[in-house]
Amino acid sequence: MGRIDTRVWLIVIAAGLFVCLAYVPAIIREGNLGFAVSDVFLYEAMINGLLLGGVLALLSLGLNLIFGVVDVVWICYAEIVMLGMYGIYYLHSFYGVPLLLAMPAGILITAIIGYAVHELVIRHLLDSAPINQLLATGGLLFFFQSVATLAFGIDFRNLGVSLGSFPLTEDIYISWSRLAAFVTAAACVAGLYLFLTRTFMGTAIRAISQDREIMTLMGAAQGRLYLISSAIGGGLAGLAACLLVLQYDVHPFVGLSFGPITFMICVLGGLGNMVGGFIAAFILSELIALGGYHFDLEWGYVFAFAFFIAMMFVRPEGIMGRRS
Amino acid sequence: MLAVEHLFKRFGGFTAVSDVSFHVEQGEILGLIGPNGSGKSTIFNMLAGAFPPTAGSIRFEGRELAGLMPHRIVHMGIGRTFQIPRPFRRLSILENAALAGYYGQDHVSRAEAWEAAEEALEMVGLPTDPRAETSSLGAAGLKKLELAKALATKPRLLLADESLGGLDDSEMDQAADMLGKIRAEKGITVIWVEHIMGVLMRVVDRVMVLDHGEKISEGSPSEVANDPRVIEVYLGTDIVDTGAAADA
Repeated sequence: MGRIDTRVWLIVIAAGLFVCLAYVPAIIREGNLGFAVSDVFLYEAMINGLLLGGVLALLSLGLNLIFGVVDVVWICYAEIVMLGMYGIYYLHSFYGVPLLLAMPAGILITAIIGYAVHELVIRHLLDSAPINQLLATGGLLFFFQSVATLAFGIDFRNLGVSLGSFPLTEDIYISWSRLAAFVTAAACVAGLYLFLTRTFMGTAIRAISQDREIMTLMGAAQGRLYLISSAIGGGLAGLAACLLVLQYDVHPFVGLSFGPITFMICVLGGLGNMVGGFIAAFILSELIALGGYHFDLEWGYVFAFAFFIAMMFVRPEGIMGRRS
Repeated sequence: MLAVEHLFKRFGGFTAVSDVSFHVEQGEILGLIGPNGSGKSTIFNMLAGAFPPTAGSIRFEGRELAGLMPHRIVHMGIGRTFQIPRPFRRLSILENAALAGYYGQDHVSRAEAWEAAEEALEMVGLPTDPRAETSSLGAAGLKKLELAKALATKPRLLLADESLGGLDDSEMDQAADMLGKIRAEKGITVIWVEHIMGVLMRVVDRVMVLDHGEKISEGSPSEVANDPRVIEVYLGTDIVDTGAAADA
């Protein structure tokens, strides 16, 4: 019961902070409450924060799935997204593959990369010290960046496909690609939830993430479950790549612009806890959006990172994490 | 059904099990008792494949078990419970049993695993409702779940590491009756490891007593309870149950 109370308090405090962050700067600036609550651009920023949160939630989901099952943090996760973006870009812009085919192909490519990362690297390090596993995936980050630089150069490449935007109200415009990203991410979260709770394989994955020793004693083929999780995690990175390639330029270091925040979201939500990661994604994305609206875009990130650091003091195990 | 010959287990310089031989007949309940550190759990773990014997053979239905991996042994038809229940806490009771059933059998479909799980839960008297959570179970319930997980693997021989220490008298009686019922209804042969003598004596056909890694007595419950060597081992210790002492 004590734990649930803590969570309720955290949600209340977060909601309070959210309202303060949303309205107080505008009230101070304008000296007028009425203006703040009727500020359409504020609501546009909130909606954009929500839409950004969807993609971040998707990214954190893949990382959390792999961590929950295999117990290894893939520092290089965002670089797999980057490779997926390149895959889609080249298939579409270079080889003229229709986007609706290039995107599934991109997902397939990253699923194979995810599979390969486990089979070629992680599998051999399962019994090593955690720091060695981290260093290995960190090494993969630089490996992927270097390979991308060698193969594709450092140019920023743009898919050149724009889905445009549509007016939600007279003043608020929503970008189609952002909305599509949010909807896809939400559908994916729901799909993964159903997979984990309704299928036998999903049940086995949840079981092994709780107690790998007993699962092994029971005769479960641990390696197979690891490979499947890694491939699904890779595929989710590919799906994120599909959504991001519509909004951002591709370059070898694009992973750095959302890799750290993905990792922070997972830690903030409780590493390995998918529900926690989902919530944390929206908390951080709103902080970024509202901070960016009231001040400068960069300030949004400053607020998000400061909030993260503060939370690490208050609740180091994460919002939904278990104390251990 | 099970024939154990000249079994030895050494840990470094310490001999935990020394030249133990015994056999179990089809449909029998064999009690394996002894004070703490007598080697009964070591024998149990070797039967289940948790570690290999230093020497000796364990033959189940004519096939050698010594040195096989634990899950291979489960697949051959030997189910085991764990002394300390370790369920997947965030999975439902039914999911726990179904996973055990699926991974504990060769060539079993998922539908069969769910079915085996439901059957096993009914047998031990736990809810088969897919929403029933493990957090609703107390100490006795967790022991029942362990038993259900072992039964879901459809064993012909059940290794029950009961250690009823944490249960009250009526719960102990229930647990003992359960093993009798499993034998009666499913025809499953049982080896029951326990350090409390009394409740075990009521249900088992034969008892084997260990002390310091050696077999010191074997026979029917009344024979064993009257064996001077057994009385010597148990006398003056608080684990002698009043019932067994009265028999003696």
